[in-house]
Amino acid sequence: MSGGLRAALAAGRFALTAELGPPRGADTEDFLHRARLLSGWVDAVNITDNQGARVRMSSLGGAVIAGRAGLSPVMQLTCRDRNRMALQSDLLAAGALGVPQVLLLTGDHPRFGDHPESRPVFDVDAVQAIGIARAMRDDGVLLSGEPLSANPGWLIGAVENPFAPPAGFRARRLAKKVAAGAEFVQTQYVFDVEPLRRWMAELVDLGVPPRCAVLPGVGPIRSLRMLEFLRTGVPGISVPPAVEKRLRGVLPGRVAEEGIRLCVETLQQLPDIPGVSGAHVMAFGFERGVPEILDRAGLGPVPCEPDRPVVVSGR
Amino acid sequence: METERFSWPRPFRPRIPGSGGYRSNRLLRRNAVWARLGALLERTPWGYRLFTATERVTKEQLFGCRMCGQCALPTTGYTCPMTCPKELRNGPCGGVSPTGMCEVHPSLRCVWVQAYERAEANGHTGDLDLLHHPADHREWGRSAWVNHWQGHETPPADPGPLLHRQLGVTPR
Repeated sequence: MSGGLRAALAAGRFALTAELGPPRGADTEDFLHRARLLSGWVDAVNITDNQGARVRMSSLGGAVIAGRAGLSPVMQLTCRDRNRMALQSDLLAAGALGVPQVLLLTGDHPRFGDHPESRPVFDVDAVQAIGIARAMRDDGVLLSGEPLSANPGWLIGAVENPFAPPAGFRARRLAKKVAAGAEFVQTQYVFDVEPLRRWMAELVDLGVPPRCAVLPGVGPIRSLRMLEFLRTGVPGISVPPAVEKRLRGVLPGRVAEEGIRLCVETLQQLPDIPGVSGAHVMAFGFERGVPEILDRAGLGPVPCEPDRPVVVSGR
Repeated sequence: METERFSWPRPFRPRIPGSGGYRSNRLLRRNAVWARLGALLERTPWGYRLFTATERVTKEQLFGCRMCGQCALPTTGYTCPMTCPKELRNGPCGGVSPTGMCEVHPSLRCVWVQAYERAEANGHTGDLDLLHHPADHREWGRSAWVNHWQGHETPPADPGPLLHRQLGVTPR
């Protein structure tokens, strides 16, 4: 059992996280199998919340199951499916069940998912949700001002897409999340380190690190079909032309290896960028490849630490 | 995918430049006269209805207003964030396309991309840093002008410099 993100960041280690989607079903076999592949290689694992607006087991359920399997879950919560009341009750459940990290994000619109006809909620936005979480943990109050009987103890996370327009506002949008209470942030896929460097310099200027740990997101593009999907099927992702050229320039049988090599190269450049505290590996459905990617990049496995229960302070 | 048929909010392109909005703000800002008018309107239902209808038509035509009753226009470069399909009041989502188009309506420009441009053009980019509180959904259909004059709104908070909060962890 790793000590989670808090331990990694406190120790000043290069923190590693990965992503794990809960099952579309009431079983845990495949989920646990994929969890075990990541075990020991990362400090924490993000449990996604109806990723891509497609229904799966709730992230709370996934986080509890992953926690039992010895992983340190990051429970993702979107503003898409829950109003401020549901958001707060899920956060309390996460606190009571000992989920060590929560991550609050806006979420994809239902338009893209399997229930496009559903009612989108978006009662609060990600910045507000982070503020609500921080007030619950640090001030022990709900948004209504009512006191909690015990404060939850999770670390609060956020996401940011450094490369989406408006370019001049992306660093400040993250700064708003940090002002609201975010302590770590994972970014959308990074395929090109140069724009990331510029964005990180902006963040350092704003004073985001050292308040907030920045973990750029990386992932392997393992086929030309996946490249096409990332370009057209996922909102907010841009694949630089140079990357596309490299993937199209190799023999069809070599695309997967080239994609992994690109990912490894990106990973290797991250520790030298000022302000970067770790990396977030998104290898959706390719969990078995994460250890290899980390190994080739000279990162991981993570040191084992005694499991420290989350301290819940009574009031 | 054709999104025009669906009733999700659609990013609106304001019909007047931001400078016009900032000028109107000087006129509509709270003062003793407006506060008195607001109190009077709240006491006379027909007057309130007439006033609100006028406000609705004006702001609908100029900014695509949806009458949320807690106007963010003065802090968003006079670009209505409630016309964002996710009704985001603190900034854009992560799904904006590389060309600045909305994630939900690919043929329309993201309202926050427009808000940033318009705020910048008028020297108001600092406004975008304000932290907007969660919307009060009881106010839909009410007059934002009267709410402002009567103090029925929670103004956004200034996050100030980011360095005021000490965290329990120290990233590298």
